[in-house]
Parts: sequence; C-alpha cells; structure tokens
Amino acid sequence: MSAEPRLVEVRKNVLKQNDVIARALRECFRDAGVLAVSMVSSPGSGKTAFLEKTLTLLHSRYKVAALVGDLATENDAARLARSHAPVKQIITGTVCHLEAAMVRNALADWDLKQLDFLFIENVGNLVCPSSYDLGEQLRFVLLSVTEGEDKPLKYPTIFNSADVAVITKSDLAAAVEFDEVLARQNIQAVRPGMEILKLSAKTGEGMNEYLEFLEHRRVGIRQPVRAGVGNELGTPAGK
Amino acid sequence: MHELSIAMSIVEMAEEESVRHGGGKVHAVHLKLGKLSGVLKEALLSSYEMACEATALQGSQLLIEEVAVEVFCPQCGGPRLVTSIQWFACPECGTATCTVLRGKELEVVALEIAQ
Repeated sequence: MSAEPRLVEVRKNVLKQNDVIARALRECFRDAGVLAVSMVSSPGSGKTAFLEKTLTLLHSRYKVAALVGDLATENDAARLARSHAPVKQIITGTVCHLEAAMVRNALADWDLKQLDFLFIENVGNLVCPSSYDLGEQLRFVLLSVTEGEDKPLKYPTIFNSADVAVITKSDLAAAVEFDEVLARQNIQAVRPGMEILKLSAKTGEGMNEYLEFLEHRRVGIRQPVRAGVGNELGTPAGK
Repeated sequence: MHELSIAMSIVEMAEEESVRHGGGKVHAVHLKLGKLSGVLKEALLSSYEMACEATALQGSQLLIEEVAVEVFCPQCGGPRLVTSIQWFACPECGTATCTVLRGKELEVVALEIAQ
C-alpha cells in the first residue's frame, strides 16, 4: 500500500444544486411572463413596508404576489396580507437566507401564469443571501438612510450581487444628515453602473419613478394579466 | 453564518465523489474560493471540521485556494485584478468596471484519496 494518496479531479461548484434549481425557476418565470424581483437588506431597513406599499400600488393594475422569508415569525406575511395580494411566508428556521429550493417549494401550488409580478423578500441579512441565486430576474438591495452611507463598502459582495440599489426612508434623510452623494459614490464603487432609486414608502416620494421602473422592466415579458380576470392564483396550471 | 451549510454540501459532495472514484479514505479536499463568493475562509474552515464529524471525511483537511477578483477593463481591453472589492475599477487606468471574470468561485477542485 502506497503512502501517497491519489489525487482525483472533481471541478464541481458547491452550490451547483441551488444554481440548477435557480436556472429552472428563471426559465419558469420567463415562460410564465412574470417578473420576479427579490429584495435583500439588513434587518430594519424597511423591506416589509416597502413591499407592502409596492403590492398595494400595483394590485389595482397587475396580478402581484409575494414570498417572504423569515427566521421564525409570520408577522411579515400578516402585514403584507393587508395589501390583498397573495402572500406566502417561508419560515427558514435556523437558515439565515433563502435558497432556490425554498422558493420552488413555496411556489409549488401557485400558477405563475396568473401573475405579472412576483416579489421575494429575503431574510434580513447582508451577508449570506449573496451566495444564493433564487432565479429572480432582478435583485434589489435596500439601503435605508438611517443605516449610514458606508453600508455598500462594508458589504460589497451583496451590493455587487444585486442589480438595483434602493435607498429607503428618504423622508428621514435630513433628520439623520444622510449624505446622498457619498452613498451614491459608495454604491458605484462596489457596483459601477448600478441603477439607484431613492424613495419613501411612508410619504410616497420616489414611488412613481420606482413603479415606472418596474413596469418598464416588465415590458417585453408579456402583456399584463388583467386584475380580476382569469383563474385564481391557487388553481393548478392546466385545469 | 451560512458557512456551515456550505461545509455540509462540500462534505456531501466529497463523499459522493470519493465513492464514484472507487472509494477510500479522503485525506483532503481542495477548494477554490473566490473573494466575491460571499463565503469567509476562516468561518468555512471551522465549519468544515464540524461538518466532517461522524462522516467518512472525519479528520480530513480542507485546503482552500483563494481566488482574487479579476475584472475586464474595457479601456485597457484586458483582464485586471482589482485591488479591493470596495473599488471595482481597473488598477492601471482607473476605469470603473463590474465585468467580473473570476472571483466568485466556490468549487471543489480535487480530492486526495488514500490508495
């Protein structure tokens, strides 16, 4: 028996399984004509308020639904249900991020063809979600004015993994002496060319521009499913 | 702290691959880890030890090769290593770029298996 171990080549991505599921989800979203948008941020940046406002504003014109990831409670789903859009909570237990399989399982009894927009709220965490593709077409990273302008520099990986930066709670900007120029500069340093939206879910500032942005990104996917027409979301496809 | 679940995936993959290659005790797992993978080397190393417990990989080593972030500079027309992941720009000419060529790796490259 030789003492030298043999070296065998593997060359496999550790997250391959997640990536395969994410790719399949992305295809499903595209085929169904739904724009899937995920949101990541630190806890308390205003994700749920922002999402509630988003669902409420879009609900009259589009079919919208949301998945919300949380470690333990269903509080967010209860808050979001006020928007009257279908909302499902994914309780991750001890897992600090959403994975593609969790999204796939949560969507199993929803007919995606009945949707125009699907929002996926990740667990509040600026570290772990960066490694996991969820199949979303757009990833928003939220940065509230109360968190400080240097968040992008502290968490460059998550900002780099996102497509759009959303500066939230803009109504508080003056009170906390938020330096918007510096924040934008830091975002551009870690993700050059990144689209930046600034808004307040509370006062509505910037929400119109944001909705236009969403609608614009949907164009080319498909005509909207008219609200109030067609099957309910829970009806299995093909029935 | 998602390093533990990543470590468990590495152990699972190593177990499967060692069986596929005729079995034997795995001494070491070689891993490529990009600076932009979202996974921390130190946290992964300590998680790996935990993940190996009571598996066929107990006592094995995780050998990590860190991969720097390389971007494509549109100005220079070539690959460049960024000096910091807080500044996505060409270190030669300063042109901002986020066309990442390398640095997101999280890849089991090879296994060392006892003869």
